[in-house]
Amino acid sequence: MAQPPPPSSPPRAQTSPGPAKVGAVPNRRLGSVRGVPMSSPPGRRARLSSPGTGRSSSETREELRRRLLGLIEGNRVMIFSKSYCPHSTRVKELFSSLGVECHILELDQVDDGASVQEVLSEITNQRTVPNIFVNKVHVGGCEQTFQAHQSGVLEKLLQGDSAYDYDLIVIGGGSGGLACAQEAAVLGKKVMVLDFVVPSPQGTSWGLGGTCVNVGCIPKKLMHQAALLGQALIDSRKFGWEYNQQVKHNWETMTEAIQNHIGSLNWGYRLSLREKAVAYVNSYGEFVEHHKIKATNRKGQETCYTAAKFVIATGERPRYLGIQGDKEYCITSDDLFSLPYCPGKTLVVGASYVALECAGFLAGLGLDVTVMVRSILLRGFDQEMAEKVGSYMEQHGVKFLRKFVPIQQLEKGSPGKLRVVAESTEGPGAVEGVYNTVLLAIGRDSCTRKIGLEKIGVKINEKSGKIPVNDVEQTNVPYVYAIGDILEGKLELTPVAIQAGKLLARRLFGGRLEKCDYVNVPTTVFTPLEYGCCGLSEEKAIEVHTKENLEVYHTLFWPLEWTVAGRDNNTCYAKIICNKFDNERVVGFHILGPNAGEVTQGFAAAMKCGLTKQLLDDTIGIHPTCGEVWKEKTFLKLTSVDVV
Amino acid sequence: EERREMPPTGQEGRECPLRGVRGGCGSGRQGYDLLVIGGGSGGLACAKEAAQLGKKVAVVDYVEPSPRGTRWGLGGTCVNVGCIPKKLMHQAALLGDMIRDAPHYGWEVPPLVPHDWKKMAEAVQNHVKSLNWGHRVQLQDRKVKYFNIKASFVNEHMVCGVTKDGKETLLSAEHIVIATGGRPRYPTHIEGALEYGITSDDIFWLKESPGKTPPLADVALECAGFLTGLGLDATVMVRSIPLRGFDQQMSSLVTEYMASHGTRFLRGCTPSRVGRLPDGQLQVIWEDLASGKKDVGTFDTVLWAIGRVPETRSLHLENAGVNTHPNSQKILVDAGEATSVPHIYAIGDVAEGRPELTPPAVMAGKLLARRLCGQSSDLMDYDNVPTTVFTPLEYGCVGLSEEEAVARHGEEHVEVYHAYYKPLEFTVAERDASQCYIKMVCLREPPQLVLGLHFLGPNAGEVTQGFALGIKCGASYAQVMRTLGIHPTCAEEVAKLRITKRSG
Repeated sequence: MAQPPPPSSPPRAQTSPGPAKVGAVPNRRLGSVRGVPMSSPPGRRARLSSPGTGRSSSETREELRRRLLGLIEGNRVMIFSKSYCPHSTRVKELFSSLGVECHILELDQVDDGASVQEVLSEITNQRTVPNIFVNKVHVGGCEQTFQAHQSGVLEKLLQGDSAYDYDLIVIGGGSGGLACAQEAAVLGKKVMVLDFVVPSPQGTSWGLGGTCVNVGCIPKKLMHQAALLGQALIDSRKFGWEYNQQVKHNWETMTEAIQNHIGSLNWGYRLSLREKAVAYVNSYGEFVEHHKIKATNRKGQETCYTAAKFVIATGERPRYLGIQGDKEYCITSDDLFSLPYCPGKTLVVGASYVALECAGFLAGLGLDVTVMVRSILLRGFDQEMAEKVGSYMEQHGVKFLRKFVPIQQLEKGSPGKLRVVAESTEGPGAVEGVYNTVLLAIGRDSCTRKIGLEKIGVKINEKSGKIPVNDVEQTNVPYVYAIGDILEGKLELTPVAIQAGKLLARRLFGGRLEKCDYVNVPTTVFTPLEYGCCGLSEEKAIEVHTKENLEVYHTLFWPLEWTVAGRDNNTCYAKIICNKFDNERVVGFHILGPNAGEVTQGFAAAMKCGLTKQLLDDTIGIHPTCGEVWKEKTFLKLTSVDVV
Repeated sequence: EERREMPPTGQEGRECPLRGVRGGCGSGRQGYDLLVIGGGSGGLACAKEAAQLGKKVAVVDYVEPSPRGTRWGLGGTCVNVGCIPKKLMHQAALLGDMIRDAPHYGWEVPPLVPHDWKKMAEAVQNHVKSLNWGHRVQLQDRKVKYFNIKASFVNEHMVCGVTKDGKETLLSAEHIVIATGGRPRYPTHIEGALEYGITSDDIFWLKESPGKTPPLADVALECAGFLTGLGLDATVMVRSIPLRGFDQQMSSLVTEYMASHGTRFLRGCTPSRVGRLPDGQLQVIWEDLASGKKDVGTFDTVLWAIGRVPETRSLHLENAGVNTHPNSQKILVDAGEATSVPHIYAIGDVAEGRPELTPPAVMAGKLLARRLCGQSSDLMDYDNVPTTVFTPLEYGCVGLSEEEAVARHGEEHVEVYHAYYKPLEFTVAERDASQCYIKMVCLREPPQLVLGLHFLGPNAGEVTQGFALGIKCGASYAQVMRTLGIHPTCAEEVAKLRITKRSG
């Protein structure tokens, strides 16, 4: 998480507040918010400061924040300044020469100047003074103000809201971007969404809605459902349904049905933007200068738009191996869901959740599937669970090639066949295989390198391409925000992006303060045996709380539906990780079984409410469900088993 | 039949029937520390827990055959003629839906797939029998004496048991727990009801398909639901409202869904006579209560599901001085499950005012055993018990219904958040989702404490369970809204409820 580092050469004004000076406040109205320093009685001074501690508690901090936002919103020109700062003086002189009345708060003359400065830096990502707002728009410091003056932007800003074409431009029409844009529009803002899908190397492209809708959650879950139905067909005979013939699967029928559904969702998004009067432009967005973006459409026509604020929500695209032939012969999840033919014998490269989910449903549809894994499965997830996910897949026909990396080129063999040569990561030993399809799922790269961020100085992590933001999703350039998969150190999940986008719009335009809470976000991996989790993995829990402080409870369970179906009785598994020294509070929840997503959701809500082991024990189960697994007699402590 | 699998373990009681009589009374040394009457979920849980905590425990269980002669093994209603077979048959019906979905997802399934009742019933019954066996083994493992006898009180510390062959056994105990449950009610005033009708005691054990069936209320809806799902012609005859006691908006959506999926409903009707026709079919004559008009129809099976009566009549409770409710005949209990006689307790369906559900009976049994053994003083909390009705579209709920919330807090203090939603799986399958609906009943005043959650849709039980925990933790509307969804699931819709009923 990226609280930007303090500037390299802080102006003098940054030093701790000195004693109040006479005559430094040119604005008479200041007293209404936090006083004309000399005349304000000691009692009033305490309003902004928290006596004794020197550090504001979270409540007074929120109050302070609200007060500052009030100042910003309530004044045509608001300058946060320090009386002895020469840069501040220059700015005051500038506005004075323009004949514009300013509202000034001298941070060195109020008791809580340091707190004000901290909160300001949260709001604007700028620590230094002067910090200038014109008509609620954050202009920046001294230099930016003079720049704005020279370019005429300051003039426009002073005139009112017409300085920019839009209040907000969102780059990227995925879940997060659309949520943010619509919320801002609902709050009465003039909003534009730029969305453009660069075709995959195989030529696949899609409509509005981003990864989730087009090449992620939605088609994946539907193909997973198709595979589950295949299992249901097998089960159904045990439950008395009678048919003899081998049931075959038709890839084209499924894909067409799924693509039709996606088409209707794309259309729905267009409609919804139109209803909310959000301008939608199907063009590729690229910053060209501050507050200005160039939009290039399919035909190469360029149009420029300006906005007071920007939200980057461009998401990610699948990574390629960087070996000869990969872009030519391999497909990725971008292509799979709309593949016009059945992929046949498939090699899946990678062990991400995308890799395992795709391998899982392909196998479930009756295909011959091999997964090539370099090191561990489901990095970042609980490794015990990850291994169980993998071994269930292995028992159900998915082949795993562990510790192999494809190193040689993929050669085109006889039509529709690909030869893959891979080498072991542990010493010599190569493996060669022939497949109809090679699906790469080795990770995803942020779409942040070709959108002109360098032109306006938005920092990205050069290695990962991700954008660091503070806890209000603000980049190092104060008017530019980022949400979704491109954020550094945040979760790559649709509901997270949606929530972050909505809350961001409400903070920016609705006077709200609520921040996106990235803690205890539940998720589910839709592998053949679904894996739902919320909170910490066991590894992470040990790292955070140390092993001695944890109690792990776990059990195997056998879903009632599996009994008659004759399915494995030692496969479904659940565990919770509790902090012994915090009232056995549940810090991690993991379940492997049917409908894991449906089960996990409510537990996530319970964890938000401070779920403890005791409460888990006290809650009555619903019989017979998988959710009641916590009531099993065998629900034992794991750590004590470990010790024995 | 399923009784003979294991040698009787209660030898001691059989050989010396009178041993316990005098010695046992008062001292309890020659009898048992704890005697549990009824080997259902609650009774077994209580017995096992007490035995584990070192008590000398006996369980007596006897299944009086149903009027149709159906009988079953150890484990009570849930295992034999309740939750377990019901959910499995429900699953069979759901699989039928999935077979119909499968072609939309590319599976080349033949268009009409017939269902073999016999095969399903056998598979279900085999599973139930394995559970019966499991319960026997668990009792043996924990050194709980098991007697397959029909019990009645001799005095407040002594129980007389009669075997199938009429042999008597006397047992005495310091503490006695009554967990005899209930059995389906027959409308004995209706001519032919007992003779030709069956109940849920029989349906799961039928060797042959019940054919065209009218189940005559929640058990009724579940049975009618899976029967329809298995391709049978099912009609539900309801006198007044289905799913009494549940949220009425939800229950009407449940029946609406069923009606649109082929279950026929005869509302406001009451049967007056059942007779057998020469061809073996059953003729039912009923009356429309509003118009007074009589109507007639023929069916293969008539299933009564008009409620349950507690199994208290043959217990001779008066010999022990245990009081029952004059109307319900259920045993009156206090918060610690004690009856009017302090060392005699009642748990589960037989106790007055308790939810007729397996998990609360199990928990009440365990907690009672722990209190009796001095392990804890925790009382059973009967508030916010979650439950699920396994109708074709499942209905899960926890906490208060909207009606109850309004009754307790007043309409102006209740805020109801609600939404219709479409499960992702329904889209491609082109299924109708008009009844997929969620509502959360909250207090209106911030932080808007959640009073009840009602969920109608696939896997409702799985969805409801976690939220029940949340409500136990004192969840507020704001907290639920701060929970991020799991995409794409049905459960995430709960975390997205924004519209209030008040707003229209």
